[in-house]
Amino acid sequence: MLHILGKTNIDFMGWKNVSFTIAALFITLGLVGVVQVGRQKANLGIDFVGGTTVQLSFKQALQVDQARAALEENGFQGASIQEVGEGNTILIKVRETEGTSDKIQTVFKQEFPNNPYDPDHMQITEIGPVIGQALQKDALRALVVALLAIIVYIAFRFEFKFGVAAAFATFHDIMAVLGIFYILNWEINLLIVTALLTLAGYSLTDTVVVFDRIRENLKKTKRDPLPKLVNNSINEVLSRTIVTSLTVVLVLIPLALFGGDVLHDFSIALLMGVIVGTYSSIFVASPILVVWHAKAGGRLIGK
Amino acid sequence: MKKSIRWRLSLIALSVVVAVFLFLPSTPLTTQLPQWWHQSVPKISLGLDLRGGSHLVMEVETDKAVEASVDNIAADLQTTAALQSLSVTFTRTGQDVTAKFADTLEEKVEKLIKDTYAILEYKSRTKGELVYGLKQAEVRRLKENAVQQALEITRRRIDKYGVAEPSIYKQENDQIALQLPGIKNPQEAIAFIKTAGRLEFKMLNTTGDLQQALAGKGPADSEVLYGEDVDQSGKIVRSPYLVYKQTMLTGDRLKEAKVGIDDRGRPAISISFDGQGAEIFGRVTGENVGKQMAIVLDNVVYSAPRIQDRISGGDAQITGSFTHEEAAKLAIVLRESLPAPMKIIQNVTVGPSLGQDSINKGVRAALFGVLVVVVFMVVYYRMSGLIADYAIILNLVLLLGAMALLNATLTLPGIAGIILTIGMGVDSNVLMFERIREEIVSGKAPRAAVDAGYDKAFLTILDSHVTTLITAAVLFMFGTGPIKGFAVTLSLGIMINLYSALVGTKVIFDIINSKWKLEKLSI
Repeated sequence: MLHILGKTNIDFMGWKNVSFTIAALFITLGLVGVVQVGRQKANLGIDFVGGTTVQLSFKQALQVDQARAALEENGFQGASIQEVGEGNTILIKVRETEGTSDKIQTVFKQEFPNNPYDPDHMQITEIGPVIGQALQKDALRALVVALLAIIVYIAFRFEFKFGVAAAFATFHDIMAVLGIFYILNWEINLLIVTALLTLAGYSLTDTVVVFDRIRENLKKTKRDPLPKLVNNSINEVLSRTIVTSLTVVLVLIPLALFGGDVLHDFSIALLMGVIVGTYSSIFVASPILVVWHAKAGGRLIGK
Repeated sequence: MKKSIRWRLSLIALSVVVAVFLFLPSTPLTTQLPQWWHQSVPKISLGLDLRGGSHLVMEVETDKAVEASVDNIAADLQTTAALQSLSVTFTRTGQDVTAKFADTLEEKVEKLIKDTYAILEYKSRTKGELVYGLKQAEVRRLKENAVQQALEITRRRIDKYGVAEPSIYKQENDQIALQLPGIKNPQEAIAFIKTAGRLEFKMLNTTGDLQQALAGKGPADSEVLYGEDVDQSGKIVRSPYLVYKQTMLTGDRLKEAKVGIDDRGRPAISISFDGQGAEIFGRVTGENVGKQMAIVLDNVVYSAPRIQDRISGGDAQITGSFTHEEAAKLAIVLRESLPAPMKIIQNVTVGPSLGQDSINKGVRAALFGVLVVVVFMVVYYRMSGLIADYAIILNLVLLLGAMALLNATLTLPGIAGIILTIGMGVDSNVLMFERIREEIVSGKAPRAAVDAGYDKAFLTILDSHVTTLITAAVLFMFGTGPIKGFAVTLSLGIMINLYSALVGTKVIFDIINSKWKLEKLSI
């Protein structure tokens, strides 16, 4: 049998102080990101703030400066323009809505008559501010509902302490990825929120693998002190959690590399989420269980 | 072969055949299939982000519809008053009608209003002035009608564009959603659909100061509207007009609008009013002989001819510098004008080539991902890895079949969902195999190890699938189009995975165990 890791005996719980510090850092980063999103100061997609994006592919390469000058001359100040993909394509993002996509198309038709864009390769998204607000609220509600549902399910299948520990680890994962996106100033839009929710679900599956083993061992050896038991459990399932995450990573890498621009950030967010999710089952969910149990006393029954 | 093995194998084979039968017509291979197959099966439809096309959400400005209605009521009341030789002026203020008259006439004016319009109710009075407004129920009815009418008119206008399978439906808050798959000229189509076709006749204010008005300090009862002309070089030139805000007559009373020629031989639009409209038109022109009347279409002044005479036939002509095609379009729009203007509050348009691009990239990434995982499983778990790989294929086939059966819509994130299903689905097998490995290490014989592995891993696999399903369900509830597509493929894939990873692979192990007495398991 081929093994990624042989029999290991790492003292994971012994590192819990370091783990908690790092976890606290990630959560803080994420919370800062959330606050900034709330204040509209993060790089938010037009899904949330309203606005217009127009993606045009020109016959010959069009310099970003030329495009910006053309737009400014026609009343569009402060447009965000970037080159994307291959083939002389630029992506224009402005705050105005209501017929803006038309106006922008007209600007380019008028200013660059010898360098037409291909209407078959065009992409427009125009979202009025009111819809943006509604989408923001929906996204937030979705996140809250998902977290609550997770707590309920895990508490039902395991015990309340497990449920909270798992939910906390999941919350940590969402915050970590959101925080990283915020720091890197990458655009946060509906697809990214979708990625966050998906990684929440996936992080949980990883946590469940570890908790299942802990529960099984609890039933078997009632004498071991909890930290030791948790350590053993994690060591037993270590190669399993790594391989399950590895398969998802393997499948996401081609998507990130050549799945196209639309899905690029989405797949990167998922990749980050899978890695963080694996890490959090071991270094966040489990230590919480140990510390809470130690402080609160009582018995941790394997249900 | 044992009976249960035969049962299970047949079930799997049957489900595969059904699935393939269901989804093949949704693939590019559909052209090679006979008609009856192609037609008897529901299909997977492509989302707009893959097919190309536009998704629009428009908001009907129902308040303006109410205002237009009140405009007509005011004009009508004015006509009736004139017929009775009653000296009163009716104007629209906001969504109410204000009547101004000499004190002594109050009773007569009140009677006039009550007799003519039962839908008006009393609002307020001051000396020489009565304000009446529409009853709430009437306002609601007008607004609902406006949206319903806008919906039908939009449907008819889209028909003229020959879009295959357009989809138009009402949403809450006076919104209309449109899906125009594969549309070639979205800019033009949107402009046409949006054109309200709101015709208004307003009197020019020749006494007021145009310059003051342009600076924003014009008289309260007037506004500046622009006329558009095309000069020699083809550029659009706008000239300002100062007009009274009060609309004398609207296009609601139009009976007919068609393309004609003006006296200079240029294309123009000939319009005729219905009976009531003709009466109002007659009165207005009669009262304003020698003055200029602006013909305003969608807030653009098309012309401002001087009224020579009272026009009693209800016929008129709208002139301007349009091409024959533009005149024809305007005639359509006048014949069936929108009851209220529509604002575009959401527009997502994807060019068809871009959509095809996305499909290609998505499918390529998916195939590559499958390949990498398949190879990994064989390398890491050897023969058992091969069994897991067959489960992946089984999962995919059944997933596509299920999507066809449910007439699901495939979007770009949906393709990502399929890719994720593969990565997450194979985890079920990983969990089982790791468990089996543990059992073998602890000394169990191959067959017992396999049974124990499946047994003990089952609950963990179930738990992990349920948690993913929870988040997929939340995404489905709160998500919009493309994201719903993602939630659908992920949920379906995960649910089917329970079957393909557990039942599908166990059968194979059982067959192997019953046929060959295994000493060692290749895992």
